[in-house]
Amino acid sequence: MLRYTVRRLGQLLIVTVVLSVLLFGWLRALPGGPVSALLGERATEESRARLVQQLGLDQPLYVQYWKFVQRAITGDFGVSTGVQPGTPAMEVFLQRMPATLELSVLALLLAVAVGIPLGYFAARRQGGWLDNLSITWSLIGVAVPVFFLAFLLKYVFAIEFGVLPASGRQAAGIDATHATGFFVLDGLLTTEWDAAWNALVHLLLPAVALSTIPFAVIFRLTRASVLDVVEEDYVRTARSKGLGAMVVRGRHILRNAMLPVVTTIGLQTGALLSGAVLTEQVFNIPGIGQALSLGFQRQDYAVLQVVILATAMVYVLVNLLVDLAYAAIDPRLRTR
Amino acid sequence: MALLEVRDLSVRFVRKSEPTVSAVDGVSFDVHPGSTVGLVGESGCGKSVTSLAIMGLLPGRGTEVSGSVNLEGSELLRLSQREFDRRRGKDLGMVFQDPLTSLNPVVPIGLQVSEVIERHRGLSRRDASREAARLLDRVGIPDPDRRLKEYSHQLSGGMRQRALIAMALACEPRLLIADEPTTALDVTIQAQILTLLKELVAETGTALIMITHDLGVVAGMCDEVNVLYAGRIVERAQRHELFSRPRHPYTAGLMASVPRLDSPRGQRLAPIEGSVADNIPWEGGCAFSPRCGNALAVCGERAPELETIEQGRLLRCHNPIGAAELERAHD
Repeated sequence: MLRYTVRRLGQLLIVTVVLSVLLFGWLRALPGGPVSALLGERATEESRARLVQQLGLDQPLYVQYWKFVQRAITGDFGVSTGVQPGTPAMEVFLQRMPATLELSVLALLLAVAVGIPLGYFAARRQGGWLDNLSITWSLIGVAVPVFFLAFLLKYVFAIEFGVLPASGRQAAGIDATHATGFFVLDGLLTTEWDAAWNALVHLLLPAVALSTIPFAVIFRLTRASVLDVVEEDYVRTARSKGLGAMVVRGRHILRNAMLPVVTTIGLQTGALLSGAVLTEQVFNIPGIGQALSLGFQRQDYAVLQVVILATAMVYVLVNLLVDLAYAAIDPRLRTR
Repeated sequence: MALLEVRDLSVRFVRKSEPTVSAVDGVSFDVHPGSTVGLVGESGCGKSVTSLAIMGLLPGRGTEVSGSVNLEGSELLRLSQREFDRRRGKDLGMVFQDPLTSLNPVVPIGLQVSEVIERHRGLSRRDASREAARLLDRVGIPDPDRRLKEYSHQLSGGMRQRALIAMALACEPRLLIADEPTTALDVTIQAQILTLLKELVAETGTALIMITHDLGVVAGMCDEVNVLYAGRIVERAQRHELFSRPRHPYTAGLMASVPRLDSPRGQRLAPIEGSVADNIPWEGGCAFSPRCGNALAVCGERAPELETIEQGRLLRCHNPIGAAELERAHD
């Protein structure tokens, strides 16, 4: 188990290095560049040259890359030129990361908490009204683009009915202490209950919008997996022992049916992070998704590099954790 | 009084857009305390469906069960699932055919044994676990304390079947149903498992319904044998009677298709011609008649009734083996 973990961490290192090279070259191959973005089209040649030199963009690419690596190892990813000009890119990332994490975790919790039970009951009453309704719902969830759904939710619940806030992370009037940057958690830690509640309410609509695709995938897979498992001989054995419905359900059906679902939850982090870019845009949440779209608009190499690299690492790490969790549930993978 | 009375049990599978299949068609038999009754026949004759109907394990949807299954005076077919759950594992247990797929791959063996003890004998988790170790030891699994924590993939085929037997007998049920318990095992292991079953049945006084297509198993285990064909009992007899004087052509065919050590060298086995696919429905005559060497004209017109031909002996045949000889003896 330990060797496996170490090997997977080694893979993480390789992914990071390869991705950093690709990212570095690819960003600089884009037309425009930070100089035009910062100075605008009517800047003089002289001021352009000064900025190019200042940013080190006049040096050959491999020299730039090497300098980038040397600094990156110490955690210095350069200074933001477009998203928050003058602030170190790492700081921009760290400031914005909690908002995205909070949003993604809530969305994933919603997707799991609704998708798994619904998948189970839909399977047990295959062809019933609940089954058909859930399938239709999950189809809509996958088919409707996240940004459209986000707008729709915002329009209906925030603008038409006004029951939930339309944007931001917390109401401006609330006097909240922010220790960790996770606003809900901050509120709970400092026992500022109104602040925690307010932050949670702000998260609700974006989290629902973001959860639709993971929900649909988790629901579908749970349903299919339960349908497979209930046909298994060991479920019949369990029933032949007269175990109560709860034990048969939990210990004998769900435990087996969850195996493929756990893997897919890891893969859904990808969908969450890409969905966050659009959702944060619609609900004006200052997270890394928003930093990413701003970074592209303003050609902010430093911020883009740190955000994309970190996102990729999170994705790989989450899937490592998922694989470890898988081994914890399935004993057949532990002994070899 | 009989422990289990099965009366006129019928199971029909009703599927939309498919013709209704009658898997079991009016089967009646008794099982007396401590006795072993065999249900014998080839695949598709309804022997497994009969056992699942007794256990209440048939899928609810698309299945019509009628008749009566009476265990110690209570009618099982009228129990709700919840009531049935209180009896299954306690009053009647079952051992299945394929031990690999019949064990849960992600639950330790020990828990799979102790959960049934916990459920029906009201023991604590710890006491149930200790009892599970004792049971594993009794069914011949060495080092039971270690095995408790292991999973089915870590056990051999024979061990798995022993573990399943331990589960089925954990609460010392009055009735045990064994559905082809040795079919998936190596020949050497088969004999061990049969011996174990025999011992345990004698020890606990459990009655056993042995479901098999293997006449060797019947010869070694059963007191009384029911031969099933196409969902109906075609012959019933005490074991010795059946083997020494089979009357139904199907029973005789089954025996002739078993290789024997004492048959002359070079003699070919005599398989039963055709397959179950050649059956005609019972409504139109004897289902076996298209494959039967003894078939008369009447066999394709009218289904024979199950008749008592002598004490403890039932037969469903218009032209049984030995009929011609008997007639000649009368003349």
